[in-house]
Amino acid sequence: MHIMEGFLPHPWWEIWYVISIVIITYGIYRLSEVTKKLPEAKPLLALMGAFIFVLSALKLPSVTGSCSHPTGSGLAAVVFGPAIASVLSMIALLFQALLLAHGGLTTLGANTFSMGIVGPVVAYLIWVACKKARLPTSAGIFLAAALGDLFTYVTTSVQLALVFPTAAGFFDAFLKFGAIFAITQIPLAIGEGILAIFLFDFLAKYKGQLLALMKVISLPITAHEQEEKE
Amino acid sequence: MKTKHVVLIIVMLALFITPFVISPSAKYGGADSAVEELISNQGYEPWFSPIWEPPSSEIESLLFALQASIGAIIIGYFIGFEKGKRAKK
Repeated sequence: MHIMEGFLPHPWWEIWYVISIVIITYGIYRLSEVTKKLPEAKPLLALMGAFIFVLSALKLPSVTGSCSHPTGSGLAAVVFGPAIASVLSMIALLFQALLLAHGGLTTLGANTFSMGIVGPVVAYLIWVACKKARLPTSAGIFLAAALGDLFTYVTTSVQLALVFPTAAGFFDAFLKFGAIFAITQIPLAIGEGILAIFLFDFLAKYKGQLLALMKVISLPITAHEQEEKE
Repeated sequence: MKTKHVVLIIVMLALFITPFVISPSAKYGGADSAVEELISNQGYEPWFSPIWEPPSSEIESLLFALQASIGAIIIGYFIGFEKGKRAKK
């Protein structure tokens, strides 16, 4: 999903920067709000940032014979909401842009938009929908994390197709980029969904009350589910 | 560990071993660089280059490992701390 340094010409890199700065600003506001209201959520914040750090550093093999990496931002969106997930994602992207020459400073806006905004928003909406549909918690977490991951890469394909349409147009270019990015990503997205289940199960068991306080889960049901499983 | 978790671990292992079984001779290059190449082949010249690049792939993997280990140590600390806290009660 990393658009490499210098690969987005004017005016595209500015456009994505402007959109991302708006969301990041709101995310920082949300961040200070949450840490003020719920100081006990701070370790959880570090945990979600750490999950993004680990997952976005893992380059995994895919059935297409190429490698890519998961994002980890979906779980942060489920726990803290998409705007805070945006801030955490941007930190990981900045680390990679500065130290790894992976992504870039001129494309930071666009990369933050795909991994830190679209991915988390998709994950959050799916999580809310799964909760409404009363699906099991693990199913909701899995779908949120996996689809958030996948849509990050779909977004990158759209971003690139807008700038580099082929002779046959935008859609043809989108399919071309999507074939490389999105298809490679499918097994990785499933892997991310599974890892998210593991971490969330731990959180539900050890931090259930805090999650209930943050309105991520409703405790009576989860406590009951826990009893049933154990 | 619950049965669910055991099954999930097996699924995940299968997921990331399968590629090597299906296409053992593939190059496993990065999807990011595949796209970079596709765009460069259209004749596009990037207008800005990274201000610093890892001088070798060794240094690059060092920094990737650093990134992952920063995350992993925080996750491990959190899990150990919470488990220890509960065990004490």
